[in-house]
Amino acid sequence: MPGKDDDSVILEMRETRVRFKMDAGLLKAVDGVSLSLRKGATLGIVGESGCGKSVTAGAVFRTLPSYAEVGGDILLYEKDGKRLDEPINIAKLNPTGPEIRGIRGGNIAMVFQEPMKAFSPIHTVGNQIIEAIRLHVEPDEGKARRIAIDTLGLVGISSPEQRIDEYPHQLSGGMRQRAMIAMALSCKPAILIADEPTTALDVTVQAQVLDLINKLKAEINTSVIYITHDLGVIAETSDEVAVMYLGKVVEYCAVDALFHDPRHPYTRALLRSIPTADKRRKGRFDSIRGTVPYPMNLPERCGFFDRCDLAEEGLCGRSAAPMVEAAPGHFARCFKVEPYAAKEVV
Amino acid sequence: MRSAEALTAPDPNRLLEVRGVKKYFPITKGFLKRTVGYVRAVDDVDMYINKGETLALVGESGCGKTTLGRCVLQAIKPTAGEVYFTTRKDERVDLTTLPYDRLRVVRRDMQMIFQDPYASLNPRMTTLNIIAEPLVCHRLMSGSRLRGYVRELMETVGLNPHHLERYPHAFSGGQRQRIGIARALATQPRFLVCDEAVSALDVSVQAQILNLLMDLQEKMNLSYLFISHDLGVVSHISDRVGVMYVGHIVELADTAALFDRPMHPYTKALLSAKPVADPRRKSHRIMLEGEVANPSKLPPGCPFHPRCREAAAECGERKPEWREAEPGHYIACHRA
Repeated sequence: MPGKDDDSVILEMRETRVRFKMDAGLLKAVDGVSLSLRKGATLGIVGESGCGKSVTAGAVFRTLPSYAEVGGDILLYEKDGKRLDEPINIAKLNPTGPEIRGIRGGNIAMVFQEPMKAFSPIHTVGNQIIEAIRLHVEPDEGKARRIAIDTLGLVGISSPEQRIDEYPHQLSGGMRQRAMIAMALSCKPAILIADEPTTALDVTVQAQVLDLINKLKAEINTSVIYITHDLGVIAETSDEVAVMYLGKVVEYCAVDALFHDPRHPYTRALLRSIPTADKRRKGRFDSIRGTVPYPMNLPERCGFFDRCDLAEEGLCGRSAAPMVEAAPGHFARCFKVEPYAAKEVV
Repeated sequence: MRSAEALTAPDPNRLLEVRGVKKYFPITKGFLKRTVGYVRAVDDVDMYINKGETLALVGESGCGKTTLGRCVLQAIKPTAGEVYFTTRKDERVDLTTLPYDRLRVVRRDMQMIFQDPYASLNPRMTTLNIIAEPLVCHRLMSGSRLRGYVRELMETVGLNPHHLERYPHAFSGGQRQRIGIARALATQPRFLVCDEAVSALDVSVQAQILNLLMDLQEKMNLSYLFISHDLGVVSHISDRVGVMYVGHIVELADTAALFDRPMHPYTKALLSAKPVADPRRKSHRIMLEGEVANPSKLPPGCPFHPRCREAAAECGERKPEWREAEPGHYIACHRA
């Protein structure tokens, strides 16, 4: 993985697993994910519904339901602006204990898809933001209120002195999402996890919010984990991208390589199936046949086997595909992808 | 603001024509439900759809595209305006004034596909009963003939006909949307309103459903009113596109003309806002300031002028006319 011993890495997932114990069996929502997030960079996680991208975020934030089993390592290398000698393993912390509560909201903050669900409807937006600030940064209420007003202004909310005392239902969808971002950024977190922050918004509002996140990232030097199903949003926000399918990362590389040199058959098919205005023609779409299988009691083989055009019975149908380094720093989980080193030998 | 085109003799290719349709929802207050204002969901819309054609309506949430679709089908009665439909006997009828018993017959020709495949299918009905319901309602078929026909429909939309007795929960989102399409096709309609029909689906499945809709159109000579917020999808599936902004169609043109040479400032901003799936492409984004106008308190003049970069004094005074700027390219803007 890129930069394992690199001190620019702020968060690292090593073989992270999340399993849900269900009556019908064991659901492997996240199945051995290894990713690293660099300081000030944006890591995009993209995939279709049910691929495990939101559960991955939940594992880092430790907000999964109690019947979820988190395994592997999630290492945090920096806390309160200081580099740690010994990283904190978030995966091993008690999800309701004081350590994670010190990290959550302060060092790692999260922006959710639906701000109407993430805000409490019976408290003003301001009180909810002030609560987070008093907990992590500034115990004095008056000063905390000042910080909250400043942050609301920073995310482009007009007359923040008034808006701070409004309830979430009084704000429009775009405003609410801005307030949500303001709440997440009010404690100047080192890591911001954004889980589909613009999916519920209209394109023109989405454009404003994407612009805002990119601007704030540069200003506060926050690292961002950006989770979305929209490859267009990934292209505009991310530095590195992980494509997830059935709980596994199937391709992991720099953003440019993903769009201009994709290696995994799933990534390629996904890129072909997006309808964009430039490759417009009235005609058939390249679709991917079949649907994503249910991630429970699956046979030991490549998860994309049933839907892949390159699948080979004896090879891909026998065991899980290995992660191959197809080019320096460009990984793909596929039997059919050649490792780049092998090419150099020939 | 009738355009010249609407006043000419009816074109034989025309399936549907909407003239000056308005839908105002009253805002009531107090115990006596006094009307204190109106939400102008659809405000004076003109458009037409030809036989075998796809007209797309795009716009942001709350712009009135769904309300317009429902007004066309008479699922809600428009406040004003006419909706002309050419029946299968080639009669041109105004749906807004048609008596109920005749409207019921015409409704066989017009069906709807809904956005949410989870909410639009009754969980307590089997696939057979869901797809057969329109046929039963219109008393078109019954018994074993009906069962055989439903099987055929399931095959047409790419479902396994053995799953006839299954309930909706046993199907995936894409398969449920296929059930919804089979139900819409049961009465052999000629016109379908697809209201965000693929928005709830993942891209790989979305492409399958769009292909199905295009195949069916070719096979059955269907016309679609395709309501969507996704400009990428619209650019592929439609022949012509109308852009809506708070109850008004602000621009309507052939798909190629609209995407290559948009004229209305709102269309330009909307097109530039969509993220492009290519990190090497620098986006030249037109950022819109402020918020969409409130349809119960529309600004005077052009509804878009408070956010428009090209707005001049007259935009705040006079409502722009709906005019044909180029052949087939309609626009409501003073400045373009």
